[in-house]
Amino acid sequence: MISLEVNGKTQELDADPATPLLYVLRDHLQLNGAKFGCGLGQCGACSVLVDGRAVFSCVTPISTLAGRRITTLEGLGTPEKPGRVQRAFIAEQAAQCGYCIPGMIMQAQALLERTPHPTSAEIRKHMSGNLCRCGTHMRIMRAVERAAREP
Amino acid sequence: MRPLAVIAIVAAVCTACGSDPVAPSATPARASFDPALISNGAQLAAIGNCQSCHTAEGGRSFAGGRAIETPFGTFYGTNITPDPDTGIGRWSEEAFARALREGVDREGRHLYPAFPYEYYTRLTDEDIHALYAYIATREPVRAENRPHELRAPFNMRSLLGTWKALYFERGTFRPDPARDAQWNRGAYLVNGLGHCGACHTPRGALGAEKKDQPFSGGVAEGWHGPALNAGSPAPVPWTAEQLFKYLRTGLDDVHAIAAGPMDPVVRNLARAPEEDVRAMAAYLEALAGPPSAERRKNADAALAQAKAGSRANGRGAEIYAGTCAACHDRGREAGSGGALPLALGTAMTIPTSSNLLRITLEGIAPPEGEPGRSMPGFADSLTDGQVKDLAAYIRSEFGRAAAWTDVDEELKKIREERR
Repeated sequence: MISLEVNGKTQELDADPATPLLYVLRDHLQLNGAKFGCGLGQCGACSVLVDGRAVFSCVTPISTLAGRRITTLEGLGTPEKPGRVQRAFIAEQAAQCGYCIPGMIMQAQALLERTPHPTSAEIRKHMSGNLCRCGTHMRIMRAVERAAREP
Repeated sequence: MRPLAVIAIVAAVCTACGSDPVAPSATPARASFDPALISNGAQLAAIGNCQSCHTAEGGRSFAGGRAIETPFGTFYGTNITPDPDTGIGRWSEEAFARALREGVDREGRHLYPAFPYEYYTRLTDEDIHALYAYIATREPVRAENRPHELRAPFNMRSLLGTWKALYFERGTFRPDPARDAQWNRGAYLVNGLGHCGACHTPRGALGAEKKDQPFSGGVAEGWHGPALNAGSPAPVPWTAEQLFKYLRTGLDDVHAIAAGPMDPVVRNLARAPEEDVRAMAAYLEALAGPPSAERRKNADAALAQAKAGSRANGRGAEIYAGTCAACHDRGREAGSGGALPLALGTAMTIPTSSNLLRITLEGIAPPEGEPGRSMPGFADSLTDGQVKDLAAYIRSEFGRAAAWTDVDEELKKIREERR
Protein backbone atom coordinates (compact mmCIF):
# COMPACT_ATOMS: atom_id res chain seq x y z
CA MET A 1 0.00 0.00 0.00
CA ILE A 2 1.15 3.51 -0.81
CA SER A 3 -0.13 6.52 1.04
CA LEU A 4 -0.64 9.82 -0.81
CA GLU A 5 -1.84 13.22 0.37
CA VAL A 6 -4.20 14.56 -2.28
CA ASN A 7 -6.05 17.87 -1.81
CA GLY A 8 -5.48 17.65 1.93
CA LYS A 9 -6.79 14.10 2.32
CA THR A 10 -4.69 11.00 2.91
CA GLN A 11 -5.39 8.23 0.40
CA GLU A 12 -4.27 4.61 0.76
CA LEU A 13 -3.64 2.96 -2.59
CA ASP A 14 -2.82 -0.51 -3.78
CA ALA A 15 -0.82 0.20 -6.94
CA ASP A 16 2.55 -0.52 -8.54
CA PRO A 17 5.08 2.08 -7.29
CA ALA A 18 5.98 2.97 -10.89
CA THR A 19 2.33 3.86 -11.72
CA PRO A 20 2.04 7.44 -12.96
CA LEU A 21 0.23 9.75 -10.57
CA LEU A 22 -2.19 10.67 -13.39
CA TYR A 23 -3.54 7.10 -13.61
CA VAL A 24 -4.05 6.94 -9.87
CA LEU A 25 -5.84 10.30 -9.80
CA ARG A 26 -8.21 9.39 -12.61
CA ASP A 27 -8.69 5.64 -12.18
CA HIS A 28 -8.49 5.18 -8.42
CA LEU A 29 -9.56 8.52 -6.99
CA GLN A 30 -12.00 9.68 -9.71
CA LEU A 31 -10.25 13.05 -9.83
CA ASN A 32 -10.70 13.65 -13.55
CA GLY A 33 -9.50 17.25 -13.74
CA ALA A 34 -6.02 16.29 -14.88
CA LYS A 35 -6.14 15.03 -18.45
CA PHE A 36 -4.16 12.43 -20.37
CA GLY A 37 -2.71 14.21 -23.38
CA CYS A 38 0.53 12.69 -24.59
CA GLY A 39 1.70 10.55 -21.67
CA LEU A 40 5.25 11.80 -22.31
CA GLY A 41 5.45 15.07 -20.41
CA GLN A 42 5.27 17.02 -23.65
CA CYS A 43 1.88 18.74 -23.53
CA GLY A 44 1.06 19.71 -19.94
CA ALA A 45 -2.61 18.61 -19.89
CA CYS A 46 -1.88 16.43 -16.85
CA SER A 47 -0.24 19.21 -14.75
CA VAL A 48 -0.91 19.08 -11.00
CA LEU A 49 0.88 20.66 -8.04
CA VAL A 50 3.35 18.78 -5.87
CA ASP A 51 4.49 20.83 -2.88
CA GLY A 52 3.22 23.91 -4.69
CA ARG A 53 5.17 23.32 -7.91
CA ALA A 54 3.56 22.24 -11.18
CA VAL A 55 4.60 18.78 -12.36
CA PHE A 56 3.46 16.56 -15.19
CA SER A 57 1.53 13.80 -13.43
CA CYS A 58 1.85 11.42 -16.41
CA VAL A 59 5.61 11.09 -15.81
CA THR A 60 5.52 11.28 -12.02
CA PRO A 61 5.51 7.79 -10.50
CA ILE A 62 3.66 7.49 -7.19
CA SER A 63 6.78 6.05 -5.58
CA THR A 64 8.23 9.58 -5.58
CA LEU A 65 5.31 11.18 -3.73
CA ALA A 66 5.38 9.81 -0.19
CA GLY A 67 5.02 12.64 2.30
CA ARG A 68 4.46 15.27 -0.39
CA ARG A 69 1.48 17.54 -0.89
CA ILE A 70 -0.48 16.91 -4.12
CA THR A 71 -3.05 19.46 -5.31
CA THR A 72 -5.28 18.83 -8.31
CA LEU A 73 -7.75 21.08 -10.13
CA GLU A 74 -10.43 19.83 -7.74
CA GLY A 75 -8.34 21.12 -4.84
CA LEU A 76 -8.52 24.73 -6.07
CA GLY A 77 -12.30 25.11 -5.87
CA THR A 78 -15.69 23.68 -6.73
CA PRO A 79 -18.20 24.54 -9.48
CA GLU A 80 -20.14 26.47 -6.84
CA LYS A 81 -17.09 28.15 -5.39
CA PRO A 82 -14.27 28.22 -7.95
CA GLY A 83 -10.81 29.34 -6.91
CA ARG A 84 -9.19 32.59 -7.97
CA VAL A 85 -7.46 31.26 -11.09
CA GLN A 86 -10.53 29.23 -12.06
CA ARG A 87 -12.72 32.36 -11.75
CA ALA A 88 -10.33 34.30 -13.96
CA PHE A 89 -10.42 31.60 -16.66
CA ILE A 90 -14.23 31.61 -16.54
CA ALA A 91 -14.40 35.41 -16.67
CA GLU A 92 -12.11 35.50 -19.71
CA GLN A 93 -13.90 32.49 -21.27
CA ALA A 94 -10.42 31.07 -21.74
CA ALA A 95 -11.39 27.73 -23.24
CA GLN A 96 -12.34 26.44 -26.60
CA CYS A 97 -12.32 22.63 -26.49
CA GLY A 98 -11.03 23.00 -22.94
CA TYR A 99 -8.89 19.88 -22.81
CA CYS A 100 -5.67 21.71 -21.94
CA ILE A 101 -7.27 24.15 -19.53
CA PRO A 102 -7.01 22.14 -16.27
CA GLY A 103 -3.27 21.89 -16.90
CA MET A 104 -3.08 25.58 -17.78
CA ILE A 105 -4.89 26.51 -14.57
CA MET A 106 -2.56 24.39 -12.45
CA GLN A 107 0.50 25.81 -14.17
CA ALA A 108 -0.82 29.37 -13.65
CA GLN A 109 -1.60 28.58 -10.01
CA ALA A 110 2.00 27.44 -9.47
CA LEU A 111 3.32 30.60 -11.12
CA LEU A 112 1.16 32.97 -9.07
CA GLU A 113 1.98 31.24 -5.79
CA ARG A 114 5.65 32.10 -6.29
CA THR A 115 5.40 35.20 -8.49
CA PRO A 116 2.20 37.05 -7.55
CA HIS A 117 2.67 39.75 -10.21
CA PRO A 118 4.38 38.15 -13.21
CA THR A 119 5.27 40.09 -16.35
CA SER A 120 3.82 38.99 -19.65
CA ALA A 121 7.21 37.48 -20.57
CA GLU A 122 7.31 35.55 -17.29
CA ILE A 123 3.84 34.15 -17.93
CA ARG A 124 4.80 33.06 -21.45
CA LYS A 125 7.99 31.45 -20.28
CA HIS A 126 6.39 29.67 -17.35
CA MET A 127 3.45 28.37 -19.41
CA SER A 128 5.59 27.34 -22.40
CA GLY A 129 5.47 23.64 -21.49
CA ASN A 130 1.67 23.59 -21.77
CA LEU A 131 0.22 23.28 -25.25
CA CYS A 132 -3.14 24.48 -26.54
CA ARG A 133 -4.11 23.33 -30.01
CA CYS A 134 -7.25 25.44 -30.37
CA GLY A 135 -5.32 28.69 -30.29
CA THR A 136 -6.82 30.07 -27.07
CA HIS A 137 -3.46 31.48 -26.02
CA MET A 138 -4.47 35.14 -25.91
CA ARG A 139 -7.42 34.40 -23.64
CA ILE A 140 -5.28 32.19 -21.44
CA MET A 141 -2.76 35.02 -21.13
CA ARG A 142 -5.56 37.43 -20.19
CA ALA A 143 -6.93 34.97 -17.65
CA VAL A 144 -3.57 34.62 -15.92
CA GLU A 145 -3.12 38.40 -15.90
CA ARG A 146 -6.62 38.80 -14.47
CA ALA A 147 -5.97 36.23 -11.76
CA ALA A 148 -2.81 38.13 -10.81
CA ARG A 149 -4.83 41.35 -10.40
CA GLU A 150 -7.57 39.82 -8.26
CA PRO A 151 -7.25 39.24 -4.54
CA MET B 1 54.17 26.73 -7.96
CA ARG B 2 50.73 28.17 -7.21
CA PRO B 3 49.11 29.88 -10.20
CA LEU B 4 48.61 33.18 -8.42
CA ALA B 5 52.28 33.28 -7.49
CA VAL B 6 53.14 32.74 -11.14
CA ILE B 7 50.89 35.64 -12.09
CA ALA B 8 52.46 37.91 -9.51
CA ILE B 9 55.99 37.15 -10.65
CA VAL B 10 55.28 37.45 -14.34
CA ALA B 11 53.23 40.59 -13.80
CA ALA B 12 56.17 42.14 -12.05
CA VAL B 13 58.44 41.61 -15.02
CA CYS B 14 55.89 42.19 -17.74
CA THR B 15 55.65 45.79 -18.78
CA ALA B 16 54.61 45.39 -22.39
CA CYS B 17 50.90 45.41 -21.63
CA GLY B 18 48.26 46.69 -24.02
CA SER B 19 48.69 48.05 -27.53
CA ASP B 20 48.22 51.31 -29.36
CA PRO B 21 44.71 52.32 -30.34
CA VAL B 22 43.57 51.95 -33.93
CA ALA B 23 42.18 55.27 -35.16
CA PRO B 24 38.37 55.38 -35.13
CA SER B 25 36.72 55.13 -38.52
CA ALA B 26 33.10 55.17 -39.57
CA THR B 27 31.54 51.84 -40.55
CA PRO B 28 31.71 51.43 -44.33
CA ALA B 29 28.39 51.72 -46.16
CA ARG B 30 26.57 48.55 -47.07
CA ALA B 31 26.97 49.33 -50.77
CA SER B 32 30.74 49.14 -50.40
CA PHE B 33 30.50 45.39 -49.74
CA ASP B 34 29.74 42.74 -52.33
CA PRO B 35 26.48 40.99 -51.27
CA ALA B 36 28.17 37.62 -51.84
CA LEU B 37 30.87 38.63 -49.36
CA ILE B 38 28.25 39.57 -46.76
CA SER B 39 26.49 36.25 -47.19
CA ASN B 40 29.80 34.40 -46.95
CA GLY B 41 30.43 36.32 -43.72
CA ALA B 42 27.01 35.26 -42.40
CA GLN B 43 27.89 31.61 -42.92
CA LEU B 44 31.26 32.06 -41.27
CA ALA B 45 29.65 33.84 -38.32
CA ALA B 46 27.35 30.82 -37.98
CA ILE B 47 30.35 28.48 -37.78
CA GLY B 48 31.94 30.84 -35.26
CA ASN B 49 28.75 30.76 -33.15
CA CYS B 50 29.22 34.52 -32.69
CA GLN B 51 25.57 35.22 -32.08
CA SER B 52 25.36 32.84 -29.17
CA CYS B 53 27.61 34.83 -26.82
CA HIS B 54 26.85 38.26 -28.27
CA THR B 55 23.05 38.08 -28.02
CA ALA B 56 21.02 38.14 -24.80
CA GLU B 57 18.09 35.78 -24.40
CA GLY B 58 15.23 37.39 -26.27
CA GLY B 59 17.50 40.35 -27.14
CA ARG B 60 18.50 41.95 -30.45
CA SER B 61 21.03 40.01 -32.49
CA PHE B 62 24.68 40.82 -31.70
CA ALA B 63 23.70 43.57 -29.24
CA GLY B 64 25.35 41.74 -26.35
CA GLY B 65 24.21 41.24 -22.78
CA ARG B 66 24.23 37.47 -22.51
CA ALA B 67 25.63 36.20 -19.22
CA ILE B 68 28.37 33.59 -19.55
CA GLU B 69 29.23 31.78 -16.33
CA THR B 70 32.85 30.76 -15.90
CA PRO B 71 35.04 29.69 -12.99
CA PHE B 72 36.34 33.29 -12.90
CA GLY B 73 32.98 34.99 -12.66
CA THR B 74 30.28 36.13 -15.05
CA PHE B 75 31.14 37.62 -18.41
CA TYR B 76 28.59 39.57 -20.41
CA GLY B 77 28.71 39.28 -24.18
CA THR B 78 29.48 42.66 -25.73
CA ASN B 79 27.58 44.67 -28.31
CA ILE B 80 29.20 44.00 -31.69
CA THR B 81 26.59 45.74 -33.81
CA PRO B 82 27.93 48.74 -35.74
CA ASP B 83 26.49 51.27 -33.29
CA PRO B 84 29.23 53.92 -33.08
CA ASP B 85 28.84 54.65 -29.35
CA THR B 86 27.96 51.35 -27.73
CA GLY B 87 28.92 48.81 -30.39
CA ILE B 88 31.88 48.51 -32.72
CA GLY B 89 30.75 51.12 -35.24
CA ARG B 90 34.08 52.95 -35.01
CA TRP B 91 36.17 49.86 -35.67
CA SER B 92 38.02 49.69 -38.96
CA GLU B 93 38.67 46.30 -40.48
CA GLU B 94 42.21 46.61 -39.14
CA ALA B 95 40.91 46.98 -35.57
CA PHE B 96 38.45 44.12 -36.10
CA ALA B 97 41.18 41.84 -37.45
CA ARG B 98 43.47 42.73 -34.57
CA ALA B 99 40.78 41.84 -32.02
CA LEU B 100 40.29 38.42 -33.63
CA ARG B 101 43.99 37.70 -34.05
CA GLU B 102 45.53 39.31 -30.98
CA GLY B 103 42.73 39.75 -28.45
CA VAL B 104 43.01 43.55 -28.27
CA ASP B 105 40.12 45.99 -28.66
CA ARG B 106 40.20 49.09 -30.86
CA GLU B 107 41.41 51.25 -28.00
CA GLY B 108 44.29 48.85 -27.44
CA ARG B 109 43.04 47.13 -24.28
CA HIS B 110 43.47 43.41 -23.79
CA LEU B 111 40.35 41.32 -24.24
CA TYR B 112 39.50 38.45 -21.93
CA PRO B 113 40.00 35.06 -23.57
CA ALA B 114 36.32 34.32 -22.95
CA PHE B 115 36.36 35.84 -26.43
CA PRO B 116 38.08 32.91 -28.15
CA TYR B 117 40.90 34.73 -29.93
CA GLU B 118 43.16 31.82 -29.02
CA TYR B 119 41.36 30.09 -31.90
CA TYR B 120 40.38 33.05 -34.10
CA THR B 121 44.07 33.92 -34.39
CA ARG B 122 44.22 31.20 -37.04
CA LEU B 123 41.68 32.88 -39.34
CA THR B 124 42.67 33.79 -42.89
CA ASP B 125 42.55 37.36 -44.16
CA GLU B 126 39.71 36.46 -46.53
CA ASP B 127 37.55 35.04 -43.75
CA ILE B 128 38.14 38.05 -41.52
CA HIS B 129 37.25 40.31 -44.44
CA ALA B 130 33.96 38.44 -44.96
CA LEU B 131 33.14 38.45 -41.24
CA TYR B 132 33.79 42.18 -41.10
CA ALA B 133 31.49 42.74 -44.07
CA TYR B 134 28.75 40.78 -42.32
CA ILE B 135 29.09 42.39 -38.89
CA ALA B 136 29.49 45.91 -40.33
CA THR B 137 26.20 45.53 -42.20
CA ARG B 138 24.08 44.39 -39.24
CA GLU B 139 21.53 46.79 -37.85
CA PRO B 140 23.19 49.07 -35.30
CA VAL B 141 21.67 48.65 -31.84
CA ARG B 142 22.28 51.13 -29.09
CA ALA B 143 22.97 49.02 -26.02
CA GLU B 144 25.62 49.79 -23.42
CA ASN B 145 27.90 46.92 -22.54
CA ARG B 146 27.30 45.47 -19.12
CA PRO B 147 30.53 45.27 -17.09
CA HIS B 148 31.77 41.75 -16.38
CA GLU B 149 31.41 40.55 -12.80
CA LEU B 150 34.68 38.74 -12.11
CA ARG B 151 36.31 37.62 -8.91
CA ALA B 152 39.59 39.22 -7.84
CA PRO B 153 42.24 39.10 -9.22
CA PHE B 154 40.59 38.20 -12.55
CA ASN B 155 38.79 41.55 -12.59
CA MET B 156 42.17 43.27 -13.20
CA ARG B 157 42.32 43.61 -16.95
CA SER B 158 45.98 44.61 -16.80
CA LEU B 159 46.89 41.07 -15.78
CA LEU B 160 45.73 39.84 -19.17
CA GLY B 161 49.03 40.96 -20.71
CA THR B 162 50.73 38.49 -18.42
CA TRP B 163 48.22 35.78 -19.18
CA LYS B 164 48.78 36.26 -22.88
CA ALA B 165 52.55 36.24 -22.47
CA LEU B 166 52.24 32.91 -20.70
CA TYR B 167 49.59 31.16 -22.73
CA PHE B 168 48.55 32.92 -25.90
CA GLU B 169 50.22 31.88 -29.13
CA ARG B 170 49.56 34.03 -32.12
CA GLY B 171 49.48 31.82 -35.12
CA THR B 172 48.18 31.02 -38.53
CA PHE B 173 46.72 27.77 -39.74
CA ARG B 174 49.25 25.60 -41.53
CA PRO B 175 47.72 22.92 -43.74
CA ASP B 176 49.11 19.40 -43.46
CA PRO B 177 50.22 18.44 -46.97
CA ALA B 178 49.98 14.75 -46.05
CA ARG B 179 46.19 15.11 -45.58
CA ASP B 180 43.48 15.75 -48.14
CA ALA B 181 41.73 19.07 -48.71
CA GLN B 182 38.62 18.09 -46.77
CA TRP B 183 40.62 17.15 -43.65
CA ASN B 184 42.55 20.40 -43.87
CA ARG B 185 39.37 22.44 -44.25
CA GLY B 186 37.94 20.62 -41.22
CA ALA B 187 41.11 21.20 -39.21
CA TYR B 188 41.02 24.91 -40.05
CA LEU B 189 37.37 25.27 -39.02
CA VAL B 190 37.49 23.09 -35.89
CA ASN B 191 40.67 24.69 -34.54
CA GLY B 192 39.94 28.20 -35.77
CA LEU B 193 36.54 29.73 -36.24
CA GLY B 194 34.62 26.80 -34.75
CA HIS B 195 36.76 27.00 -31.57
CA CYS B 196 35.60 23.50 -30.59
CA GLY B 197 38.50 23.18 -28.16
CA ALA B 198 37.10 26.06 -26.10
CA CYS B 199 34.66 23.59 -24.54
CA HIS B 200 36.17 20.20 -25.44
CA THR B 201 39.77 20.73 -24.29
CA PRO B 202 40.58 20.82 -20.56
CA ARG B 203 41.85 24.05 -19.02
CA GLY B 204 44.20 24.83 -16.18
CA ALA B 205 43.56 26.93 -13.08
CA LEU B 206 44.03 30.16 -15.05
CA GLY B 207 41.74 29.15 -17.88
CA ALA B 208 44.43 28.31 -20.41
CA GLU B 209 44.06 25.25 -22.62
CA LYS B 210 46.09 22.24 -21.55
CA LYS B 211 47.81 22.12 -24.88
CA ASP B 212 49.19 18.63 -24.34
CA GLN B 213 45.65 17.22 -23.97
CA PRO B 214 43.75 18.61 -26.95
CA PHE B 215 40.10 17.56 -27.22
CA SER B 216 40.31 15.29 -24.19
CA GLY B 217 37.17 16.80 -22.63
CA GLY B 218 36.49 20.25 -21.20
CA VAL B 219 33.93 22.41 -19.44
CA ALA B 220 31.34 24.88 -20.69
CA GLU B 221 28.94 26.84 -18.51
CA GLY B 222 28.63 24.03 -15.98
CA TRP B 223 28.42 21.33 -18.66
CA HIS B 224 31.08 18.80 -19.53
CA GLY B 225 32.24 18.97 -23.15
CA PRO B 226 33.02 15.30 -23.89
CA ALA B 227 36.36 14.21 -25.28
CA LEU B 228 36.47 14.22 -29.08
CA ASN B 229 39.78 12.37 -29.42
CA ALA B 230 40.48 8.65 -29.04
CA GLY B 231 39.26 8.97 -25.43
CA SER B 232 35.70 9.71 -26.65
CA PRO B 233 33.16 8.50 -24.07
CA ALA B 234 30.53 7.82 -26.75
CA PRO B 235 29.28 4.24 -26.29
CA VAL B 236 29.15 3.86 -30.09
CA PRO B 237 32.11 5.34 -32.04
CA TRP B 238 31.06 8.26 -34.21
CA THR B 239 31.31 8.05 -37.99
CA ALA B 240 31.78 11.18 -40.10
CA GLU B 241 28.27 10.75 -41.48
CA GLN B 242 26.77 10.62 -37.97
CA LEU B 243 28.84 13.61 -36.86
CA PHE B 244 27.62 15.55 -39.88
CA LYS B 245 24.01 14.71 -39.08
CA TYR B 246 24.44 15.68 -35.44
CA LEU B 247 26.25 18.95 -36.15
CA ARG B 248 23.63 19.85 -38.71
CA THR B 249 20.43 18.81 -36.91
CA GLY B 250 21.35 18.35 -33.26
CA LEU B 251 20.29 14.74 -33.39
CA ASP B 252 21.85 11.44 -34.17
CA ASP B 253 19.75 8.45 -33.25
CA VAL B 254 22.55 6.29 -31.85
CA HIS B 255 24.47 9.05 -30.07
CA ALA B 256 22.98 12.22 -28.81
CA ILE B 257 20.57 15.10 -28.80
CA ALA B 258 22.29 18.46 -28.57
CA ALA B 259 21.71 20.10 -25.20
CA GLY B 260 23.17 22.91 -23.13
CA PRO B 261 25.80 25.05 -24.85
CA MET B 262 25.85 22.64 -27.83
CA ASP B 263 22.29 23.56 -28.78
CA PRO B 264 23.11 27.01 -30.23
CA VAL B 265 26.15 25.51 -31.96
CA VAL B 266 24.08 23.05 -33.98
CA ARG B 267 21.39 25.67 -34.65
CA ASN B 268 24.09 27.83 -36.19
CA LEU B 269 25.76 25.01 -38.09
CA ALA B 270 22.41 24.26 -39.73
CA ARG B 271 22.98 27.51 -41.63
CA ALA B 272 26.63 26.91 -42.49
CA PRO B 273 27.69 25.54 -45.88
CA GLU B 274 27.10 21.78 -46.03
CA GLU B 275 30.61 21.05 -47.29
CA ASP B 276 32.12 22.93 -44.35
CA VAL B 277 30.15 20.91 -41.82
CA ARG B 278 31.12 17.72 -43.68
CA ALA B 279 34.75 18.79 -43.47
CA MET B 280 34.47 19.35 -39.70
CA ALA B 281 32.87 15.91 -39.34
CA ALA B 282 35.61 14.26 -41.40
CA TYR B 283 38.30 15.95 -39.31
CA LEU B 284 36.63 14.92 -36.05
CA GLU B 285 36.23 11.32 -37.19
CA ALA B 286 39.94 11.22 -38.03
CA LEU B 287 40.78 12.87 -34.71
CA ALA B 288 39.15 10.03 -32.76
CA GLY B 289 40.82 7.49 -35.04
CA PRO B 290 39.55 4.04 -35.92
CA PRO B 291 37.87 2.35 -32.93
CA SER B 292 39.70 -0.48 -31.20
CA ALA B 293 38.29 -4.01 -31.25
CA GLU B 294 37.29 -3.61 -27.60
CA ARG B 295 35.44 -0.38 -28.31
CA ARG B 296 33.56 -2.01 -31.16
CA LYS B 297 32.58 -4.87 -28.88
CA ASN B 298 31.31 -2.44 -26.23
CA ALA B 299 29.39 -0.57 -28.91
CA ASP B 300 27.61 -3.76 -29.96
CA ALA B 301 26.71 -4.41 -26.33
CA ALA B 302 25.34 -0.87 -25.93
CA LEU B 303 23.27 -1.18 -29.10
CA ALA B 304 21.86 -4.51 -27.92
CA GLN B 305 21.04 -3.03 -24.51
CA ALA B 306 19.28 -0.09 -26.16
CA LYS B 307 16.97 -2.51 -27.99
CA ALA B 308 16.34 -4.72 -24.99
CA GLY B 309 15.24 -2.09 -22.46
CA SER B 310 16.00 -2.09 -18.75
CA ARG B 311 15.37 -4.79 -16.15
CA ALA B 312 16.97 -3.86 -12.83
CA ASN B 313 15.13 -3.32 -9.54
CA GLY B 314 15.56 -0.78 -6.78
CA ARG B 315 14.55 2.78 -5.91
CA GLY B 316 16.35 4.35 -8.85
CA ALA B 317 14.96 1.77 -11.26
CA GLU B 318 11.42 2.46 -10.04
CA ILE B 319 11.83 6.17 -10.64
CA TYR B 320 13.33 5.47 -14.07
CA ALA B 321 10.39 3.21 -14.93
CA GLY B 322 7.79 5.84 -14.04
CA THR B 323 9.66 8.95 -15.14
CA CYS B 324 12.01 8.19 -18.02
CA ALA B 325 11.02 4.88 -19.57
CA ALA B 326 7.94 6.08 -21.45
CA CYS B 327 10.23 7.95 -23.85
CA HIS B 328 13.68 6.44 -23.36
CA ASP B 329 13.08 2.72 -23.03
CA ARG B 330 11.54 -0.36 -24.58
CA GLY B 331 13.42 -0.34 -27.80
CA ARG B 332 12.36 3.13 -28.86
CA GLU B 333 14.60 4.82 -31.38
CA ALA B 334 15.63 8.43 -31.10
CA GLY B 335 14.75 9.22 -34.70
CA SER B 336 11.20 7.89 -34.62
CA GLY B 337 9.62 10.21 -32.11
CA GLY B 338 11.05 8.48 -29.08
CA ALA B 339 14.00 9.70 -27.08
CA LEU B 340 17.59 8.48 -27.04
CA PRO B 341 18.02 5.09 -25.33
CA LEU B 342 20.25 5.94 -22.39
CA ALA B 343 22.64 3.06 -23.14
CA LEU B 344 23.80 5.09 -26.16
CA GLY B 345 24.23 8.48 -24.55
CA THR B 346 27.42 10.20 -23.49
CA ALA B 347 25.95 11.90 -20.40
CA MET B 348 25.96 8.46 -18.75
CA THR B 349 29.60 7.61 -19.51
CA ILE B 350 31.52 10.87 -18.95
CA PRO B 351 33.54 11.28 -15.73
CA THR B 352 31.11 13.80 -14.22
CA SER B 353 27.41 13.67 -13.38
CA SER B 354 26.93 17.30 -14.45
CA ASN B 355 25.34 16.73 -17.85
CA LEU B 356 22.94 14.01 -16.71
CA LEU B 357 21.85 16.08 -13.70
CA ARG B 358 21.37 19.22 -15.79
CA ILE B 359 19.28 17.41 -18.37
CA THR B 360 17.27 15.62 -15.67
CA LEU B 361 16.51 18.78 -13.72
CA GLU B 362 16.23 21.35 -16.50
CA GLY B 363 15.07 19.22 -19.40
CA ILE B 364 15.80 20.20 -22.99
CA ALA B 365 13.93 23.08 -24.59
CA PRO B 366 14.43 24.90 -27.87
CA PRO B 367 14.76 28.69 -27.70
CA GLU B 368 11.40 30.44 -27.36
CA GLY B 369 9.48 30.43 -30.61
CA GLU B 370 11.79 27.97 -32.35
CA PRO B 371 11.11 24.34 -33.15
CA GLY B 372 13.31 21.65 -31.65
CA ARG B 373 13.57 18.62 -29.40
CA SER B 374 11.99 18.96 -26.03
CA MET B 375 12.21 17.05 -22.78
CA PRO B 376 10.49 18.13 -19.58
CA GLY B 377 12.70 19.01 -16.62
CA PHE B 378 12.14 17.19 -13.34
CA ALA B 379 13.51 19.80 -10.93
CA ASP B 380 10.10 20.31 -9.36
CA SER B 381 8.89 16.72 -9.37
CA LEU B 382 11.92 14.89 -7.97
CA THR B 383 13.49 15.52 -4.57
CA ASP B 384 17.27 15.61 -4.19
CA GLY B 385 17.23 12.11 -2.76
CA GLN B 386 15.23 10.84 -5.71
CA VAL B 387 17.52 12.55 -8.22
CA LYS B 388 20.51 10.88 -6.55
CA ASP B 389 18.87 7.44 -6.61
CA LEU B 390 17.94 7.92 -10.24
CA ALA B 391 21.41 9.14 -11.24
CA ALA B 392 23.08 6.24 -9.43
CA TYR B 393 20.85 3.76 -11.23
CA ILE B 394 21.30 5.34 -14.66
CA ARG B 395 25.07 5.54 -14.22
CA SER B 396 25.42 1.88 -13.34
CA GLU B 397 22.72 0.44 -15.61
CA PHE B 398 23.35 2.51 -18.76
CA GLY B 399 26.77 4.05 -18.17
CA ARG B 400 28.15 0.65 -17.13
CA ALA B 401 30.72 2.50 -15.02
CA ALA B 402 31.73 3.09 -11.40
CA ALA B 403 29.50 5.42 -9.38
CA TRP B 404 30.07 9.17 -9.74
CA THR B 405 31.57 10.87 -6.72
CA ASP B 406 30.48 14.40 -7.62
CA VAL B 407 26.68 14.01 -7.55
CA ASP B 408 26.09 15.86 -4.25
CA GLU B 409 28.27 18.76 -5.26
CA GLU B 410 26.88 19.09 -8.80
CA LEU B 411 23.29 18.78 -7.63
CA LYS B 412 23.80 21.52 -5.04
CA LYS B 413 25.34 23.78 -7.67
CA ILE B 414 22.48 23.31 -10.14
CA ARG B 415 19.82 23.77 -7.45
CA GLU B 416 21.51 27.01 -6.35
CA GLU B 417 21.64 28.32 -9.94
CA ARG B 418 17.91 27.68 -10.25
CA ARG B 419 16.99 29.73 -7.16
